[in-house]
Amino acid sequence: MAQSTSQAITAGKAVQTQQNAKLEESLAGWTFMLPAAAILLLFMIVPLLVAGYFSLTDWNGRTPLTNANAYELVGLRNYQQLLVDGRRVSDFYNALKNTMYYALGVVPTQTALALVLAVIVNQKWMKFRGFFRTAYYFPSITSSIVVSMIFLFMFSATGPINGLISAIFPSYDPITWLSDNRGVIHNFLGLFSLNADSFPFLRDTELFRIPLWEWLSGPSVSMATIMVLAIWTTIGTMMVIYLAALQNIPGQVYEAAFVDGATNWQAFRHITVPLLAPTTFFVITLGLIGTFQVFDQIYVLRNDTTRDSVMSVAYLVYDYAFGSLNDPRMDRATATAITLFIIIFVATIIQRRVTGGDQAK
Amino acid sequence: MTTATIKPGGASFEAQQGSLSGFRRILAILGFATLILVAIIQVAPFVLTIANSFKCDPAITDAPGAFLPSPPGVTCQTTNAAGERQVLSASDQTEGAFFNPSTDGYSAILSGTTQSNNLPRWLINTVIYSVTVMIGRLIFDSMAGYALARLKFPGNRILFFIVLGVLMIPGVVLLIPRFLLLNQLGMLNSYHGYFLVLAADAFGIILMKQFFEAIPKEIEEAALVDGANRFVTFFRVILPMATPALIALAIFSFQGQWNNFMDALIIVGTKPEMFNLAMGLTVLQGSGQDVQYDLVLAGAVITTLPMAVIFFMFQRYFVEGVNYSGLAGQ
Repeated sequence: MAQSTSQAITAGKAVQTQQNAKLEESLAGWTFMLPAAAILLLFMIVPLLVAGYFSLTDWNGRTPLTNANAYELVGLRNYQQLLVDGRRVSDFYNALKNTMYYALGVVPTQTALALVLAVIVNQKWMKFRGFFRTAYYFPSITSSIVVSMIFLFMFSATGPINGLISAIFPSYDPITWLSDNRGVIHNFLGLFSLNADSFPFLRDTELFRIPLWEWLSGPSVSMATIMVLAIWTTIGTMMVIYLAALQNIPGQVYEAAFVDGATNWQAFRHITVPLLAPTTFFVITLGLIGTFQVFDQIYVLRNDTTRDSVMSVAYLVYDYAFGSLNDPRMDRATATAITLFIIIFVATIIQRRVTGGDQAK
Repeated sequence: MTTATIKPGGASFEAQQGSLSGFRRILAILGFATLILVAIIQVAPFVLTIANSFKCDPAITDAPGAFLPSPPGVTCQTTNAAGERQVLSASDQTEGAFFNPSTDGYSAILSGTTQSNNLPRWLINTVIYSVTVMIGRLIFDSMAGYALARLKFPGNRILFFIVLGVLMIPGVVLLIPRFLLLNQLGMLNSYHGYFLVLAADAFGIILMKQFFEAIPKEIEEAALVDGANRFVTFFRVILPMATPALIALAIFSFQGQWNNFMDALIIVGTKPEMFNLAMGLTVLQGSGQDVQYDLVLAGAVITTLPMAVIFFMFQRYFVEGVNYSGLAGQ
C-alpha cells in the first residue's frame, strides 16, 4: 500500500499517526494511573483536607452531620485552645513533652547502637554474620502489637525482667515498670534527696499550665520502658541500613588511610563516620518521624495509672476522637492531628532538602 | 535496588591485615562478645514468650524464667483425689529452668468463638485482608509506577509529586476522616472497605517506578512496534521482567497488612467478627491489670509464626528492601 501512495500523503499521515500516538499515550497514562490515583485521592488526600476542615469547626463528632446546626466554622479557635491558652493546653503540651522525651531518648540511642553494631558485624574477621543480622532484624518483622504484648509480659511485676534483677540483686524491690508515673530525671534527683520543694521557682512557675518542674521530669518509668521497646524493635532495621552503606565504602579508602599510619579509631572517626553522614541523617529522620507517630505501643501498654505519663501526641488524637465515647471532640482531635502533620511535614521537608530528593533511598 | 547481602570485604579495617595482633585480638573479642550479648537480648524475649505460651497461668507469673521444655506434657486443669477441679500449680509444672509443657493455652485460643476470643476467625480475616491488599497493590502500584516511569501524559509530574507528598501524611491524621468517610459510604467493618482504603499505596508506586526506570526502553518499544497494545505489552512483557520488584512489594505489603493495627482499629475495629489478629490480640489482652497471659502469649506466637516462616524463606528480599522501607515512613 505504501508503494502506491505519494510522498506528500505519507508525510501527512506520519504527522497524524504521531499525534494519535501521543493522544494514545496520554490516554494510556491516565488509565494506568487511574485506580491508584483514585484510591490515594479518596482515602489519603480527601481525608487530610476533611481533617483540616473540621479542625476549623466546633463539631463534637456526635451530632450527625446531616443536622443543619451540627457545627459552625470557628476559625483557628481549636488551635488557639490547644496550643496557646485554652483549657486544653496542658493536654497537648503534656503529650508533646512525653513525645519529645521519647524521641530524644530513642532516636540517638538506636542510631548509635545500630552504627556500632553494623561496624562490628562488618569486620572482615567476623564470623556468623548472617546469624547476627537475622537475630537483630527479627523483632522488626513482628507486629508492633505482638512486640508490645511481649514487653507487657517481660516487664510485668512478676515477669522475667524483675525475676532476673532479683536473682542478681536479692535486695531489689520490684518496680512495676509499666505502671510507674515517676519521671526518670525526678527519680535521679531523688537519689540526692532533691524534689519539687528543693526548687520553689521550678515548682511555682508554669509554662502552658505545666509547672517547669514537671517539664523537667524526664520520661516516666513506663514511658522509658516503651522507649526500650522501640529501640529493641528498630535497631535491626537501622543496622541493616548502615550495613548497606558500609559495604558501599570502597576498601581502598581504608587501605590508603592505614598506609598513612591511621589507627582504627582514627579511621572510624575520620572516614567511616563522615562517609556515613547521609545515611545517619536518613536514619535519624526516619527515627524522628517514627517516634513522633508512636501509637500502637501506647494503645497496648497504657493503663489507668499511666494515662497521662505515656500519652503521646498521636495517641491524644485518638483519645480526643474515640477515647471517651460519651464526649468525643472531633474538632479538637482534628486540630491535634493537623498540628502533628505539620510537625512531621516540616521535619520531612528539612530532610529532603538536606539529603537532596531521591537520596532518600 | 541497593544490595545489602553481606559479603566479606567491602569496607573493613582489617583490609590489609593478615593476622590479628594482641590489642586487636582483645578488640575483636570485645566486639564479638558485644554482638553475642545483643543477640541474646534480641532473641531471649521470643524464647521466653514461646516457652511461657506452653505453660499454665500460675507458672507464667510465678516461674517465667523456666524455658526448657521437659516432656511429658501436662494439662492445666486436674481433678484431685477428692474429685475437685483444680489448676496445676506453678511448682507442679516447673523445676528450675525446666517446665512440663502444656498446650491448654493454644487449645483455648484455637477453639475460641466468643467476641473477645475468636482467634480462628481473626486469623482467617488477617489472611483475607493481607492477600487482597497485596494483590491490589501488585496490580495498581505497578500500573501507576509504570505510568509515572514511562508514559508521557499531562499531569505526570504533578501526580508524581502528589504521590511523594502522600508519603508524608502520618497515619494518625487520617484516622478520623477515614472513619467518617467509610461510615458515610457504609463500608465500616467490611472486607471491601478494608481493601479499598489500602489497595494502593505511595511507597509501592515509588518502588515500582524506580524499578521500571531501570528497564531498557527498547524492549517495550519492540513489543509496541509489533502492534501489541499497551495493556497486553504491560502485563505480558513488562510485568514479568519486574518480578524481583514485585516480590519485594508483595512481601512488604503482606507484612504491612499482617501487622497492621491502626487501620484495622478504624476500618474494622467496632465489630469483633471483622478484627484482624493485631486488633484481636488487644481484645484478648483484656482490660485492666489482669492479663490472661496464657491466651495472650499463645496468640502472640500464632500471630508471629506465619511472618517468621515468610521471613526465613525470603530473607534476602527483606534485607534488600529495608533501604526502601524508609520511604514508607512507618
